[in-house]
Amino acid sequence: MNPLLAPAVLTAAPGETREFLSPAGVEIVFVLVGLVTLGAGILCVTSRQLVHAALYLVVALGGLAVHYLLLTAEFIAWVQVLIYLGSVVVLLLFGLMLTRAPIGPSPDADSRNRPVALAVAVLAAATLVTLVADAFRTTWIELDTPHGRSGDIGASLFRHWVLPFELLSVILLAALVGAIVISRKRGPAPAEEEQR
Amino acid sequence: MDVLDVSLRIGGVLLAFLLLPLLVGQAEHKVMAHMQGRLGPMHAGGFHGWAQLVADGVKFAQKEDVVPQGADRTLFRLAPAVALIPYLIVLIAIPVGPGGMVGEVIDAGIFFVLAVLGVGVLGSLMGGWASANKYSLLGGLRTAAQLMAYELPLILAAASVVMAAGTLSLPGILDAFAWWWVPWQLIGGFVFFTAGIAELHRPPFDAPLAPEEIIFGAFTEYSGLRFALFLLAEYAGIVVVAALTAVLFLGGWHGPLPDQLGWLWTTLKTAVLCFLVIWARVAWPRLRVDQIQRFAWTVLVPLALAQIALTGVVKVVFL
Repeated sequence: MNPLLAPAVLTAAPGETREFLSPAGVEIVFVLVGLVTLGAGILCVTSRQLVHAALYLVVALGGLAVHYLLLTAEFIAWVQVLIYLGSVVVLLLFGLMLTRAPIGPSPDADSRNRPVALAVAVLAAATLVTLVADAFRTTWIELDTPHGRSGDIGASLFRHWVLPFELLSVILLAALVGAIVISRKRGPAPAEEEQR
Repeated sequence: MDVLDVSLRIGGVLLAFLLLPLLVGQAEHKVMAHMQGRLGPMHAGGFHGWAQLVADGVKFAQKEDVVPQGADRTLFRLAPAVALIPYLIVLIAIPVGPGGMVGEVIDAGIFFVLAVLGVGVLGSLMGGWASANKYSLLGGLRTAAQLMAYELPLILAAASVVMAAGTLSLPGILDAFAWWWVPWQLIGGFVFFTAGIAELHRPPFDAPLAPEEIIFGAFTEYSGLRFALFLLAEYAGIVVVAALTAVLFLGGWHGPLPDQLGWLWTTLKTAVLCFLVIWARVAWPRLRVDQIQRFAWTVLVPLALAQIALTGVVKVVFL
């Protein structure tokens, strides 16, 4: 993590001894919620019932929000709930109900690309876990003081990270325009069809 | 904060959650009856039929809990809880009076409230899909479409107040409140309240239920206690939306009396807003689905954006 984002959050502790084998309550909860999140994620991609998969996604995303909370990133946690649980999943369910949402398993829910997908997933997970563990090996987060308050996040976002923030909005705009272009009808306009 | 304090606060929130929606439900019976020039149930309990609500509860509890044969049983049974519990959680963050009369002060309180409120709709969606009934599915679809249309103006209107106060915390917003905020944020208040009613699919925005078209939308197949829980979620939603509007746009605990009576003002303002919600049900015919969508995107969203612009201008130029 960049020191600009939260100067006081992460401190390298070479001299201090931190016990990993006597975890505090927060750490135990963190691991348990992590297991639930992982399980929900696996169920989400293996379930043959489309709506159930979407609801497992709710559990997985909610678990992530709890993780943010445990790391005292309160604001991010609520944003996660608002955007992902409240909007993205609702949109997903809306799409499912509008197109096809049979009760019971869908026979065509699995594709033949399963082994490839599994390989990609395992590779990506291995890379990310190694990378993150290596990057934050000696850093420590103090949970006693809240770090992710909205004021701090706003200050770092709009003082140090304005350019990436604006760049993201341009990307979102491009995605929006792209979606409109893709969803437009191909071929002659409807008015011309009527004339024929 | 010791154990006693915490349990007192949680007990208070739970009591409000169990009591206030029932009061609103009873008020709806009575107000509707009077506005429509009829008596309504007058016998149960003696005075103005006050015990009719208890009788209704007993009736719901006695009914058979039917799950349709083709339904997805797990989700069907889970849905009412998912619809109801978010309102209980939200009540924790709503401040009633000054000096810590709130379940729990949350730094990003308004974000928390709006986020958790949005989760409640998953209950209607689950129920609508799991019922294996085309009318339920239609109701679920309309619910989802309505939520997505009205979430945006709701958040924009709340953002205007946040800009004015310079904080996301609900007690913080009330600490910064001054009387002239009411005219200043009037448009935002209208947008927020209207969008809130629409998210609860109360009349005139009740196309997702629409008994004359799609029976009772997502709740068609429900009976007994589970149906009662959905109804309870609706009334709890009315309480939450009215209380939030009172806190954000009407100054919450601020009023002419000394600060110790702040909770009285919050309750009074919330009650008046609840009355407006009930009045709207009696006064207006139901909007069509397309009218509901058009109203959100062409009226409420521009109004909310205009309010944000106004808030910004006043904040920069005059404050």
